Amino acid sequence: MVKRESIKSEHEELKLFHSRSLVAAAVVFLALAGILFRLFVLQVEGHDYFTEESRKNYLKSLPIPPARGIIYDRNGKVLADNRSEYVLAVVRDEVPGKVKDTIKRLEKLIPLSDKEKQKFYQKMWRQNRYQATVLRSKLTEKEMAVFSVNQPRFPGVRINVQMERYYPLGEIAGHVLGYVGKIDKRDLKRIAKREYKGSTHIGKSGIEKFHEKLLHGKTGYRIIEVDAHGKPQKLEKQEDPIVGKDLFLSIDINLQITAETLLKGKRGAVVAMDPRNGEVLAMASVPMYDPNLFVNGISHKNYNALRNNLDRPLYNRAIQGTYPAGSTIKPIVSMAGLHYGVVTPASKVRAPGYFQVPGHRHRYRCWNKRGHGSVNMSYAIAQSCDVYFYSLAYRLGIDRFAPFMKLFGFGGKTGVDLPSEGAGLMPTREWKKKRHNATWYPGDTVNIGIGQGYWISTPLQLVSAISTLSMKGKRLKPRLLRGIRKSKNLPEEIQAVSYLPSVKVKSQKMWNAPIQGMINVMHSPFGTARRSGAGAAYEIAGKTGTAQVFGIGQKEKYNARRLAKHLHDHALFVAFAPAHDPKIAVAIIAENSGGGSHVAAPIGRRIIDAYLLKRYLLPEDEENAKEGENTKKKKKKRNNR
Amino acid sequence: MDILSRVFRWFNQLDLILMSGLVILLFLGSVTLYSASGENYAMVSRQGLHILLATIVMLLLSQVKSKTMQSWTIWVYGLGVLLLILVMAQGHIGMGARRWLDLGVFRFQPSEIMKLAGPMMVARYFSDRPLPPSLKDIIVALCIVMLPVLLIVKQPDLGTSLLVASAGLFVIYFAGLSWKLIIATLSAIPVGGYFLFHYGMHAYQQQRVLTLFDPESNRLGAGYHIIQSKIAIGSGGVYGKGWTEGDQSRLDFLPERHTDFIFSVFGEEFGLLGNIILLSLYVFIIWRSLYLATQGKDTFSRLLGGSLALTFFVYLFVNTGMVSGILPVVGVPLPLVSYGGTSIVTLMAAFGIIMGLQKRKRDYRHTPHT
Repeated sequence: MVKRESIKSEHEELKLFHSRSLVAAAVVFLALAGILFRLFVLQVEGHDYFTEESRKNYLKSLPIPPARGIIYDRNGKVLADNRSEYVLAVVRDEVPGKVKDTIKRLEKLIPLSDKEKQKFYQKMWRQNRYQATVLRSKLTEKEMAVFSVNQPRFPGVRINVQMERYYPLGEIAGHVLGYVGKIDKRDLKRIAKREYKGSTHIGKSGIEKFHEKLLHGKTGYRIIEVDAHGKPQKLEKQEDPIVGKDLFLSIDINLQITAETLLKGKRGAVVAMDPRNGEVLAMASVPMYDPNLFVNGISHKNYNALRNNLDRPLYNRAIQGTYPAGSTIKPIVSMAGLHYGVVTPASKVRAPGYFQVPGHRHRYRCWNKRGHGSVNMSYAIAQSCDVYFYSLAYRLGIDRFAPFMKLFGFGGKTGVDLPSEGAGLMPTREWKKKRHNATWYPGDTVNIGIGQGYWISTPLQLVSAISTLSMKGKRLKPRLLRGIRKSKNLPEEIQAVSYLPSVKVKSQKMWNAPIQGMINVMHSPFGTARRSGAGAAYEIAGKTGTAQVFGIGQKEKYNARRLAKHLHDHALFVAFAPAHDPKIAVAIIAENSGGGSHVAAPIGRRIIDAYLLKRYLLPEDEENAKEGENTKKKKKKRNNR
Repeated sequence: MDILSRVFRWFNQLDLILMSGLVILLFLGSVTLYSASGENYAMVSRQGLHILLATIVMLLLSQVKSKTMQSWTIWVYGLGVLLLILVMAQGHIGMGARRWLDLGVFRFQPSEIMKLAGPMMVARYFSDRPLPPSLKDIIVALCIVMLPVLLIVKQPDLGTSLLVASAGLFVIYFAGLSWKLIIATLSAIPVGGYFLFHYGMHAYQQQRVLTLFDPESNRLGAGYHIIQSKIAIGSGGVYGKGWTEGDQSRLDFLPERHTDFIFSVFGEEFGLLGNIILLSLYVFIIWRSLYLATQGKDTFSRLLGGSLALTFFVYLFVNTGMVSGILPVVGVPLPLVSYGGTSIVTLMAAFGIIMGLQKRKRDYRHTPHT
């Protein structure tokens, strides 16, 4: 005790303890000041950032896809529509027990393929447990009935409605409409992803692709508050989607059907246009395909069948097919001659059945070996005298010829509102140098004078050029979109026409002779299409053409029977009517079908009649028959019930 | 009359200033817990029971005389070590660690005893030795501290072992450990930390440390806690989102929000202003406890009181540091606010001890009455 007292000093210890306590208090104070500083950094400096992070945490925006615009023809017939599709969907959170067990029981009622199940599981695990995952699309009526009866046994499984694009007319006007398909990686690159949240489909071709922006509409949003598990708590804000605009095409669907029916069994295209405003009245390309096949992803089998078909049904011949125009461009070549003063309507050319470039031995033969004698412009057009145009083109020379043709739109896209339009080719001296590294020979010009050689164009370019001729130089941009309607209750807004630079020739009178020549083609006793012009209730101006696909030797004769079908001549025809007050212009091409006057001109006459006299060629009988069948079916169903 | 005076003396024994600080803090804690639990009355009333039990323990301990406490020390420490070994052998596994001892009626963490028994034992050791201590005494004291710490680290429970270690070391500090040694030890910590990280830590503990330095690297894994906690505190701003209006806690983005991360809920709902008030309250309690320790009548009382006061601070510092993202996530609750019975009982027991240890002057004053 004594020892301890001597060493242990109460006073010293207390002093020591006090100083230690003071230091400790200082450390406590500093450390908590540090914490407070940290809180200041988070709550004052970082406040905006963390508020945003917090909002990102709990606010989720769910897109509401807009309904796609409906496509009508000019008279309001529905060409592309949205229909409801019923799908089976599963909400994981509402399924008691394992989802797998529910699926197993479900399979006994509704057959599910392994692929469907695999896709479903993949998708389900990526989504949160409160989201519905589609298990099976395209439920049949029977499946829906079976499921509905058993629904109480399957909590968490339900039938949902989805909108699906539908083309009620099937393959009719399929090339023009195009189709929608599931959005793929390539689409994602070219679209604003934000705008397509919630959308599954996008226009892939035709009008559906070209006017995607109008048709798609604006995605709406539902901003909801969710908890950490993704469970929705309440609706914060909703922005309704704006439905896509309804489009009214310039197509007259009855004329379209007429054109398609006339081409049945052939390969070819028909384009009909109103020269006064550029409205495309019909655009047929045969063979056709059914766009409905593509909407939910075409099967490999169907796709390969379309791809490998030698007749290439997927290809829109009216805008993508490039053909030698043949004699159909002769009236326009005449205009070039008149404009440059190379010929006058009355000046005559001796046509002995062939043409020779001075100083050369090669004979450019006329279709008529015997020759046409001495011919003027009108007769040359009516008789389609090759020699007259060989001579004319030779005298014009390519350097005047090509630029003049470009004024009519040859060698360039017309600018129609469809994707992947072909430009054709209007050859020039420079082009040949570049492309073939060869000089331009006078003989090249001679061939071009009758629409052969390097010169190729699309049926749409042809009808556009002929329309320009019919309007005496006034050019209108061909278009398919005639009117737009913002919503069902609003009136249709007709789109303004758009003019292209007119063709200006030295004198407006110059237009008369070529047009007269075309009238003679149809209505004079020596016209190549006089049979097709006979009995018309109005005057038609037309021009036939027969384009060679296969070069024939100097002394050989064209013999259709000996040549393979794909080497046969293309039959062409262009026309407009009434000749002095044009309301319709047409261009027809029937591939490898022989002469223009026999094959193409009658089709042209029939189309003009259909449009001007409302004498459409509709497979009504077939339709009636089908309708009869349908009613029978319906009756049967009723009986079943 | 006898009973009345006894009751009066009980309350006289209490330090009403410290007591009022604790009552306000416990009230604030329960209010916060109501919001953090998702307005769960059942949880708040359970916490109320914990508080009641803890207060009784505090009242009882505040009556124990320093000498009695000193005489218990060796038994409490021995029992604690024994139970820790028992847990090691057959403890209940929860959250990947062996911490709990199932006593049938309730489960119980023996490591909690050590938060009190550890510093008591060291204070007891120094109580009849000259201070500042000799090197030999320091080494013995270190051994007393490290034995339970190592047992707890092995469970593994980083948070509790940290608290037990600091409680013991604070006693040595108050005993008068030379500043040279303190500075040498503090500078050795980074080196020791390196070895501890590589050889002494479980993978999950290493992950926690790594996540601290770059929480974004593991957004959905271990970093999630810290990121969400920072978002909660930061989005609270100066004024807070209001009671029960915290989006982060209400919508379940904040994990463990009623236990270790309850400070984030408080910060989100009451903002920087609320935090300043809360921290001030803690500072007040720590200050009062330290003051009471300086009033201790003997070495044992002062050393133990000072150590318990600073341990309370360590709780606060580690918890707020961890939820605000400047310290690693070690499982340390926000003292007297986080949900959980054991920690509240232990903490209130400590305050009971602190109150009981005082009365250097008053004891003399009351002596004639007894």
